[in-house]
Amino acid sequence: MKIITIALNTFKEAKRDRVLYLLFFFVIICLVFSRFLALLTVGDRMKIIKDVGLASISLFGMLMAILMGTGLVYKEIDKKTIFTLLAKPIHRAEFLLGKFLGLVLTIFIMTVLMTAIFMLILFLHTLTFEWKILVAILFIFFELCLMTAVALLFSTFTTPILASLYSLAFYLIGHLSWSMEMLIKKVKSGAGRTALKILYTVLPDLENFNFKTEVVHNLPIPGKLLGYSFLYGVVYTTFILFLAMIVFRRRDFV
Amino acid sequence: MGKVLELENVHKAYKVGFIPKKKPVLKGVSFHVNEGEIFGYLGPNGAGKTTTIKCILNLIFPDSGRITIFGEDSLKPRARQKVGFLPENPYFYDYLTGKEFLAFYAALLGIHGREREEKIKYFLKLVGMERAADLQLRKYSRGMLQRIGLAQALLNDPALVILDEPMGGLDPIGRKEFRDIIVNLKKEGKTVFLSSHILQDIEMICDRVAIILAGEIINQGYLGDLISEKVLFTEIVIAGVPAAEFNHLGESVSTSGDRVLLKVYEEEKIDQVINLVQQKKGKIVSLIPRTETLEDIFVNMVKNQ
Repeated sequence: MKIITIALNTFKEAKRDRVLYLLFFFVIICLVFSRFLALLTVGDRMKIIKDVGLASISLFGMLMAILMGTGLVYKEIDKKTIFTLLAKPIHRAEFLLGKFLGLVLTIFIMTVLMTAIFMLILFLHTLTFEWKILVAILFIFFELCLMTAVALLFSTFTTPILASLYSLAFYLIGHLSWSMEMLIKKVKSGAGRTALKILYTVLPDLENFNFKTEVVHNLPIPGKLLGYSFLYGVVYTTFILFLAMIVFRRRDFV
Repeated sequence: MGKVLELENVHKAYKVGFIPKKKPVLKGVSFHVNEGEIFGYLGPNGAGKTTTIKCILNLIFPDSGRITIFGEDSLKPRARQKVGFLPENPYFYDYLTGKEFLAFYAALLGIHGREREEKIKYFLKLVGMERAADLQLRKYSRGMLQRIGLAQALLNDPALVILDEPMGGLDPIGRKEFRDIIVNLKKEGKTVFLSSHILQDIEMICDRVAIILAGEIINQGYLGDLISEKVLFTEIVIAGVPAAEFNHLGESVSTSGDRVLLKVYEEEKIDQVINLVQQKKGKIVSLIPRTETLEDIFVNMVKNQ
């Protein structure tokens, strides 16, 4: 109950954030722009619209998650609103979880809005709804939840600018780490391979959430893969939140 | 009388600098607060008052020592169930209105529905903020924030109210109203812990005080025991007699027009002054014996350290 109260208050605060609307504005521009880009394309114009649209939702969603996630906890500490809050009989973990859920709620609503506009643009073109696209967007949303947790983790111990940079680094590593999987296959078994394997396990692999290619090119997506990606998202997000709680649990608010 | 709050040998040091160096802030603070009293926590700026309060509320973790609230270890959130807290220079979510703000804290305390509505109404009235109930907190003045902050601290009907510099930023009328509210809290059977460096306020309402200086408690006890009833000196204002006439009787502090303010230390010299004034056909405007105040004790202690 306390978690929900904090979550709703966080949502209330987040929706007043101007950055959110600025990014939303850019998404709309990108979505509309994809239509013009399609005019320059030889071949299947729909693919361009879908590709640019999904990439925009993913990119700007990530920026929303990072910018809001890094700002909100820091703001509570910086503006000292946290003093009265934590003086009430609540666990610090409840506070952090409330913040997380409030942000996820905000991200969810933004994703729904972006998707609605995206689907409308697609519908105006094809006069049909392609429900498969929603699968790709759902997994983009899971990725955004993970990024929110990451932003929250960094914001528990550093300033918003540094936390944003760390989160961005996490995002980039996450989207490049799949190449390590290929490297592992090429390295001969031994200490080096084991080390690479451990590193690959610890590092995030955000490509697990990427179903854009399959959706755009209308390739089959195995159900097992979806299940695995979902599980990966849940476990990794929980792990990051757990880390954030450990950092936050013993922090002094001077 | 039971002990509501007890601190035993609390130590805390902050790490400062690029290469962390420990700077001690609390050096073994011990005191206790009895049930139903107003306890004043006194000290100059930077003595460790706010740090102590943050330790009590678990916002800061002491390096060593023990803090119990109602016999419960302060590290457990449950210990804060019956505690209300108003921080120094309260900062709140400025996008909420006064009413929304109280509703948020009430929800955190598990107060819902009709009970919540009634409580909000009651406390808005108590702190005199009914008119500003639907105004965003960003438009509040400092005094108004202080008031709404006090309402927030009292929402859960706390048995222990902790106030950090509650009178700071208030005008004289506001301060009087705050004092009245605090005294009323005591009448309702609540225990009040308040920190301040405004000695007047403490002297007027507190039962017991502890004085902290550079992280150490240097004195604590009942206010009556700390302040002696002894007359330190007598201040006499005389009109119509030049100051030079009294040089051998006391110290003339100031003159304005034909008035002289005289400080007389020995009791027998007071009569001599009165006689002299009568001889010279002057007039005694006022005669005030000054007893020791908390301020005197405080200033002396600070000097001695």
